[in-house]
Amino acid sequence: MADLTGGVGALRADYMALTRRKRMMDGIILAIFVALMVSGFMIADDRNAGGFWSGLHRLFDFPKEVLGEAVEKVDTLPAHFVKFFPSLVETINIAGASTLIGALAAMVLSLLSTRGMARWPRMIPVFRRIMDIMRAVPEIVIALVLIFVMGGGPVPAMIAIAFHTAGALGKLFSEVNENASLKPVEGLQSVGANWSQRMILGVIPQVSPNYLSYALLRFEINIRASAILGFVGAGGIGYELKNAMSWGKGQYDEAAAIFLLLFATIIVVDQVSSHFRDRLTHGKTDRKVAA
Amino acid sequence: MSALDVDMIPVKMQADALFRRKRLVSFGLPALVLAYLTYIFFAFDIPGLAQRFEVDNARALVADSYSYKTHVTRDNRSGEVSVAIEGERKGTYEAGTAPDWVALGNETLIDLGEGHVVTFGAENFMSYIVPGYGEITAQPSRAKGVDATLPEGDVPEWINVSRNRMTVTTEAGRLTVTRNRTEVFRYFAGWELFFFTLDSPYHGLGFGEVMARALGGEAADIWLDFWTNKMWRHSDVAWALFETILMAFLGTMGAAIVALPLAFLAAKNFSPLMAVRQVMRRFFDFFRGVDALIWTIVLARAFGPGPLTGALAILITDTGSFGKMFSEALENADQKQIEGIQSTGANPVQRYRFGVIPQVTPVLLSQILYYLESNTRSATIIGAITGGGIGLLLTQAMITQKDWEEVAYYIVLIILMVMAMDWFSGWLRRKLIQGDEGGR
Repeated sequence: MADLTGGVGALRADYMALTRRKRMMDGIILAIFVALMVSGFMIADDRNAGGFWSGLHRLFDFPKEVLGEAVEKVDTLPAHFVKFFPSLVETINIAGASTLIGALAAMVLSLLSTRGMARWPRMIPVFRRIMDIMRAVPEIVIALVLIFVMGGGPVPAMIAIAFHTAGALGKLFSEVNENASLKPVEGLQSVGANWSQRMILGVIPQVSPNYLSYALLRFEINIRASAILGFVGAGGIGYELKNAMSWGKGQYDEAAAIFLLLFATIIVVDQVSSHFRDRLTHGKTDRKVAA
Repeated sequence: MSALDVDMIPVKMQADALFRRKRLVSFGLPALVLAYLTYIFFAFDIPGLAQRFEVDNARALVADSYSYKTHVTRDNRSGEVSVAIEGERKGTYEAGTAPDWVALGNETLIDLGEGHVVTFGAENFMSYIVPGYGEITAQPSRAKGVDATLPEGDVPEWINVSRNRMTVTTEAGRLTVTRNRTEVFRYFAGWELFFFTLDSPYHGLGFGEVMARALGGEAADIWLDFWTNKMWRHSDVAWALFETILMAFLGTMGAAIVALPLAFLAAKNFSPLMAVRQVMRRFFDFFRGVDALIWTIVLARAFGPGPLTGALAILITDTGSFGKMFSEALENADQKQIEGIQSTGANPVQRYRFGVIPQVTPVLLSQILYYLESNTRSATIIGAITGGGIGLLLTQAMITQKDWEEVAYYIVLIILMVMAMDWFSGWLRRKLIQGDEGGR
């Protein structure tokens, strides 16, 4: 009995020491983190053209100006919406086409880099590295280079976004593939199906809901990306925004119209895509239960 | 038996309908994709791309990104000969000095290799001996223009000659003669002066020798010459990379700190007031919906270009994303643990601290770290728009339209930076989340 209480006492002391040590480690990590944040903020503030504290009260000047003008010239807004609608369609098309092309490329790349499905198993690390590199390239890098070679327009942006998308989706797709059952593939192999038949008939039906869900998420991201690339000269609504901004004070009504269009588009696409993604991940089980 | 048959009929019809739909989807979907891509093909005017494609730009870009040229120039008015790498002032050889393939003197002999020799003679006379073709000579003057003499026969297409200008492009180099200038380019593979510029005593030394000198006590000087290289500006580039990572770090972590308390207000199981939840959610939607592009423009007006603007733009956009994701994670938190903590008499703060935070930490951490990597890329893009970090250097190098070797260098650095951040965030994620599982 005495032995036991002694054991508990030792255990307790041990536990308390462990907790103390853990708390101390947590405290040290927290202190380092806070120091990093504060010094980082100070460096960033120092290297910025305008300071944080001096700029803070001017933060709302520009939005106020733009929105003020928009309210003032509210009757011109519908005309501006009509005028900029084609470029909005172009931005959406850039995102759509690049998501589609990127997803198709990602599908092939991911199948080639998943164990058990790869066409050439020895090449798996090579395809993985290719995807890593494709994923690491920011869209703007490729877009700027291609704009120099091809001139402005939607094609450089489409290629740039598709390239990055292929890498980013490829990684997600290959994670999905790893959870897919290999039995259909083996079954197809036993009846003499070649690689593409095995993949299209054996793997794709299993993984397509997840693929679609990821592709939709990517489409949301790519709409933003294509708007940004427009700003550096790749056509679409971003390009119009840059022009509208350059008119300067007193003529921000066009910029305001573009802001509103872009905002509405992003919100709508987000909502629609999250609705469908929800259905893709949860809706299927409901249907099964109903059937 | 017959009863079974009757039962089977509707099932069979159902299965047939299902098959029909499957067939429609599996043929309809590819057809739809193809139709959309065809529409894009014409909407984006891809057939017209061939005309807009600037082959010269592409060739210059590719050639310049892995090679450099050295200019040997004679001013035909003063007779002075100068040698400059890439024709830049920063890469000019001091007067009277030249690389070993150029022999200065009364006659300047330029050996382009493989038998190609250019001679700058007296009185502005020049000759270029092209093996297998013959000798091209010119006597540029104010009165008679270039006054070129070519070997007998038709003028080949690699020579372009008119009264006031002659251009000769061979595999060994390029010669341009005008009335005022005679200029020869010789191409070399590699990035010129990457380590040391011409004014540094370490230029042209081998790696071994530089190392030997570094060990001999000159390490600080060597490092200084490398670090302050005027051509490649290594210190500026390092700062720019640091700024970009700083933007991503400050933005991501700041957003996480702001979003966590707000997420509690937006989560169903922690915030009983429906109105508060709705307001918070619309708040998050608004921050996400006004894209990083617009935030960058708005913030740049207030704070000017620089890393702080980029960090704040990332912070604001991601507050929306994190708020949404965190509140979803909190809604998925297991209620039982919270009740367990409550049963020991814990107050609300303690319930959150010990009942909720340990549950959601791994999820939140992995999301934050995933965003840290993705924001490194965003920070590059934002830097290109608002002016800060490596994105700014990249756009600056692009605008000159000739420093493609620097563009290639920055692209390689950006890719390495993003991959390093990817690796780092993955490592940290494994470390922290595994550590949590072991410790708690």
